[in-house]
Amino acid sequence: MELTDIIKPENLVYDKPELMNNNPMHYCPGCSHGVIHKLIAEVIADMGMEEKTIGISPVGCAVFAYNYLDIDWVEAAHGRAPAVATALKRLNKDKMIFTYQGDGDLAAIGTAETIHASNRGENIVIVFVNNAIYGMTGGQMAPTTLEGMPTSTCPYGRDIALNGYPLKISNILALLDGTCYVTRQSVETAAAVRKAKKSLRKAFENSMLGKGTSIVEFVSTCSSGWKMTPTQSNNWMTEHMFPFYPLGDLKNVE
Amino acid sequence: MAEELNLMKGNEAVAHAAIRYGTDGYFGYPITPQSEILETLMAEMPWEKTGMVVLQAESEVAAINMIYGGAASGKRVMTSSSSPGISLKQEGISYLAGADLPCLIVNVMRGGPGLGTIQPSQADYFQTVKGGGHGDYRLITLAPSSVQEMADFVSLGFDLAFTYSNPCMILSDGIIGQMMEKVALPPYRKRKTEAEIREESPWAVQGKPKGRRPNIVTSLELDPAIMEENNNRFQAKYKKIEEAEVRYEEFHCEDAEYLLVAFGSAARICQKTVELARLEGIKLGLLRPITLWPFPKEIIKTYAHKVKGMLSVELNAGQMVEDVRLAVNGKIRVEHFGRLGGIVFTPDEILVALKEKIIQHG
Repeated sequence: MELTDIIKPENLVYDKPELMNNNPMHYCPGCSHGVIHKLIAEVIADMGMEEKTIGISPVGCAVFAYNYLDIDWVEAAHGRAPAVATALKRLNKDKMIFTYQGDGDLAAIGTAETIHASNRGENIVIVFVNNAIYGMTGGQMAPTTLEGMPTSTCPYGRDIALNGYPLKISNILALLDGTCYVTRQSVETAAAVRKAKKSLRKAFENSMLGKGTSIVEFVSTCSSGWKMTPTQSNNWMTEHMFPFYPLGDLKNVE
Repeated sequence: MAEELNLMKGNEAVAHAAIRYGTDGYFGYPITPQSEILETLMAEMPWEKTGMVVLQAESEVAAINMIYGGAASGKRVMTSSSSPGISLKQEGISYLAGADLPCLIVNVMRGGPGLGTIQPSQADYFQTVKGGGHGDYRLITLAPSSVQEMADFVSLGFDLAFTYSNPCMILSDGIIGQMMEKVALPPYRKRKTEAEIREESPWAVQGKPKGRRPNIVTSLELDPAIMEENNNRFQAKYKKIEEAEVRYEEFHCEDAEYLLVAFGSAARICQKTVELARLEGIKLGLLRPITLWPFPKEIIKTYAHKVKGMLSVELNAGQMVEDVRLAVNGKIRVEHFGRLGGIVFTPDEILVALKEKIIQHG
């Protein structure tokens, strides 16, 4: 049997989402960003919102998210994506607006913007990728770095006495009256990916229904920052991250 | 129909002019002495009249980044603050400049540094025209000297911002913001439709229709060759603005032997000084830069060949005087007179300073 006999439309079981272009991704092997990007691309297309979606990329590894999804994008200053999204949505009510932020961007420098946009109940989606480390700048401590976890700025492990506690920001956001949906997901298995996609769909739908702010946190890996192989990273995440950042819905207002 | 005149504060005039101009959104945070702008907008409820969005942000930082988001979608958006709050906005202003985004920012200056005072000052001249935020960028800067100009410069500022795709600042101060004068408000204009915005600002993020490339609003470029090109493009734009948009006002300059150079509230006080000087037989004129950037350096250069000396009168420790001296380039004596920390000079004080610092030296 020749390859051309196999590659036929009727044999197609999996495809790259149309909104994803062919630009080679800068993400490291094993990184969760690529899968999350793909899920967002699928959800936007499934909802038929390709021409009405505007993404806001952060400062951090996902700063170049705009290179991979063929929609309109705004690249925000560090931590300010929820403020940028606030104005975009209020001035363009028929558009679907989402931010894509890492743990440093969302839970350190952008804490005020995150909390206040959520508390106002802005009709936006906040996609929060939590890999407990600053990837782009070379592996420094994040607000979500676990106790004892080594990074380049806590080389002997995060010391609570020195650095305080890892921040469960989604738990805080779930307490705010402005949020309608706060969930913690992951993408390390096929089952998790399928579940995560459903969460993203719900979040994006909420934003268009005007139900308030939806936050989808992805507990993720950073093989380069963690200095592990992708497989080791997934195992480490399952063993250490999931107990501290348990997966599932923290809030779901129907 | 007779012109509709109102008595109001400079800050209130900004708010009313913004609604009438067809501004799409205002995002701000309270700070004295400019809070009346947000207060007036909230009381007027323009969202019911024109659809204008008004939002009290959680901070000046959030407000300027809301401006960044709104401007990215091609909307006419504005914010206002006073000196300490404007300092907080500098990062956002640099991003706006770096992404070629048009918007209007109002600074109703107060005395600094630090928390300083709530009294008026002009000490943010350097911050406004020399940078403020990081990187090689310029802010189109308009300096109103009346409540009428507070109103007029809203439309002028937006028009300049959109003509050049660049942020524009109205650099006012606590005197102009707080004092009441009669003002003729502009007529109502319709806000731009989405179709008009797509036509006017094809770069704006409005959702990507099939067939067009994605619009990406960013100031980031890691390839130094492209980043240098971007910077060259900014500089070419700034050169065009410098060539076409210089604005100033002359007051009794035609026969002047001495010249006061002053902007904003200081220029209003200097008008009286000119009158007092002329009663004493001193031929004094006043040159008022209206655009602080682009700075009216050519006209100052011209007067350097006509007058014996210039006094730059500012409510600061001597900032604009540096630009006056650059324009004069050593031809004649140029000195500075100022009061600091929220103290406002009187017309007599300025005349005394003129005599001591300029006239006595020939």
